[in-house]
Amino acid sequence: MSLLEIKNVCASVGDKEILHDFSLTIGAGEIHAIMGPNGTGKSTLSYVVAGHPAYRVSAGSIMFKGKDLLAMTPDERANAGVFLAFQHPIELPGVTNALFLKTALNAKRRFNGEPDLDAVQYMKRLKARATALGVSDDMLKRPVNVGFSGGEKKKMETFQMAFLEPDLCLLDEMDSGLDVDALKIVSDAVNIMREKHRSFLIITHHERILEHIVPDVVHVMIGGKIVASGDKALAREIDKGGYEKYR
Amino acid sequence: MTHKNAGYGLDREYRYGFETDIDTDMAPPGLNEDIVRLISAKKGEPDWLLDFRLRAYRRWLTMREPHWGNIDYPPIDYQALSYYAAPKKKAGPKSMDEVDPELIKTYDKLGIPLEEQKVLAGVAVDAIFDSVSVATTYKSHLAAQGILFCPISEAVREYPDLVRKYLGSVVPPSDNFFACLNSAVFSDGSFVYIPKGVKSPLELSSYFRINARNSGQFERTLIIAEEGSYVSYLEGCTAPQRDENQLHAAVVEIVVRNGAEVKYSTVQNWYPGDKNGRGGIYNFVTKRGVCHNNATLSWTQVETGSALTWKYPSCILKGDGAVGAFYSVALTNNHQMADTGTRMIHLGKNTTSTIISKGISAGRSSQTYRGLVRIGAAAENARNVSRCDSLLIGGLCAAHTIPAQECAHPSGVIEHEATTSKISEDQLFYAQARGLDAEQAVGLIVNGFCREVMQKLPMEFAVEAQKLIGVQLEGSVG
Repeated sequence: MSLLEIKNVCASVGDKEILHDFSLTIGAGEIHAIMGPNGTGKSTLSYVVAGHPAYRVSAGSIMFKGKDLLAMTPDERANAGVFLAFQHPIELPGVTNALFLKTALNAKRRFNGEPDLDAVQYMKRLKARATALGVSDDMLKRPVNVGFSGGEKKKMETFQMAFLEPDLCLLDEMDSGLDVDALKIVSDAVNIMREKHRSFLIITHHERILEHIVPDVVHVMIGGKIVASGDKALAREIDKGGYEKYR
Repeated sequence: MTHKNAGYGLDREYRYGFETDIDTDMAPPGLNEDIVRLISAKKGEPDWLLDFRLRAYRRWLTMREPHWGNIDYPPIDYQALSYYAAPKKKAGPKSMDEVDPELIKTYDKLGIPLEEQKVLAGVAVDAIFDSVSVATTYKSHLAAQGILFCPISEAVREYPDLVRKYLGSVVPPSDNFFACLNSAVFSDGSFVYIPKGVKSPLELSSYFRINARNSGQFERTLIIAEEGSYVSYLEGCTAPQRDENQLHAAVVEIVVRNGAEVKYSTVQNWYPGDKNGRGGIYNFVTKRGVCHNNATLSWTQVETGSALTWKYPSCILKGDGAVGAFYSVALTNNHQMADTGTRMIHLGKNTTSTIISKGISAGRSSQTYRGLVRIGAAAENARNVSRCDSLLIGGLCAAHTIPAQECAHPSGVIEHEATTSKISEDQLFYAQARGLDAEQAVGLIVNGFCREVMQKLPMEFAVEAQKLIGVQLEGSVG
């Protein structure tokens, strides 16, 4: 069974339709990449899947693990296993990363009928994951995304993702604004997370990130729909020739 | 009419019981000298205190209810209220099964232990209730160090010289309309005396909060910290409190002697009225402390209850080197109105004060921060730092900041910063995209907003207060 099945979706923000009759299927354990120029609807796609209230779906369906994703609230989608790593992570002043992740983890556990982790169990787990991904105690104690550099924000998004163990990871332009070293850290984390049941959708402008995270399928998205699909050779071709031939 | 800070479930029962069964230990409605004499006589008070009350009453007759606050309410008919009720036991529910399940749900959300829940809900408990004996143990522990902590009515009998010396010394009856009313008819409250050099080993009142509940609608608190002493005092309770008396006018007076420190923390969760703004407590409070040389007084408050709040805990920094602080979180929802803030009066040299105020408005509520920082002509090198942040939830609420500053000494420094922000859709979505439902997300963001102040609360209180914020915000999103 496919993990995510998007069928003929039309979606708009305000009066403007951005996704036109969009379809995409991602199987369990697959890594898909979507490439496309600015303003083509790539970020809209990730918001629509995650359930941002500003985006309205007027037609089509999205099934996740066989369930109707569009009937679920954003938090239900997250707890069911969808994770969106934001292109521009949001600041939550005064809310520490440690508290934020604890609240998120326990929300997911409750959703799955599991008891909350107590403070000791939680801290043990948090510390273990933080050490593995090179996240310092100091970063965990700081408020979410407040005073973090662009690279640190992306690193913390990746850390949240690794910690919450989602089944579908949507990476919205994770590579934008990252230097080579930061890109490697983020990519390594994704590669560590690769598992049979876990799927990724990597949204990017550049082929560069796909050198680090090798995708199974590459799609070209233009004007709110997919216009071409292929393997990673397609990404290289776009890197050389641009999107011109698909317009 | 019994004053009992009972829970939601009991309120109905009280009201009905009260209409059909007016007991003889209650004064008839209305206020006059005879009523004042009656209150004093019922309490067996000495002449000097009756005199204090009578002088206050006569003064009160010449005063007018203040209306400068940014709050709006129908006229209060002072002659329709009753000003004395003997504390007496009413038959409560026999077991938790008879208590309103909604109330129990709220207690659970706040994490209140079952035994305490029973007491709060008015369920009859065994005579050897654990926390009562614990309280007794602690009381003797305090007494051994010379710390006095008892109802003020008891202090009038046991330590009349102390009460007589200090009552009205910080907040004179003539101070304002509500303080004057309180001085005439105050019901009961707490008395604390910390001897010279003694550091109180306990957070006063946290262990006693259940026992110290029947203090009445005109509460009067007097705290005296002698030279070099220290005490942390907690007032209130996170559990929802109902009272059939709509008007509350409390007075708190604190004397902080040379080098002493008093931390006064409040969590106020009086019934705020229903979603449509019906009912709820009117809370008109006068709180003030005077700090002598190098003395420190901090007010920390978490205000979530009451339909109306009119309250300005203040510090008079009289001595040189005195330090005042005001840390406040005020949360209003539905139709609540709060006009609250502080006054820092710098009289001594090298005095410093800090104000951190966090206001959260939701629903159709309105909130005003009103502050005064005054640096007197003799207050050389006085400093104040103020920060007032407002957070708005939804588009129907209001927040106002009215800071007043007066500086009569050229060396004085007053800094004021203020911000107003809204919880953005992006913040909500970000938290939801991590699995938090909308209410959890708002609760977390709001608690983040007030974290700085929450951290000033004693640990146990802080945890409860955070949960309280979440509970109070329920229904404010969506």
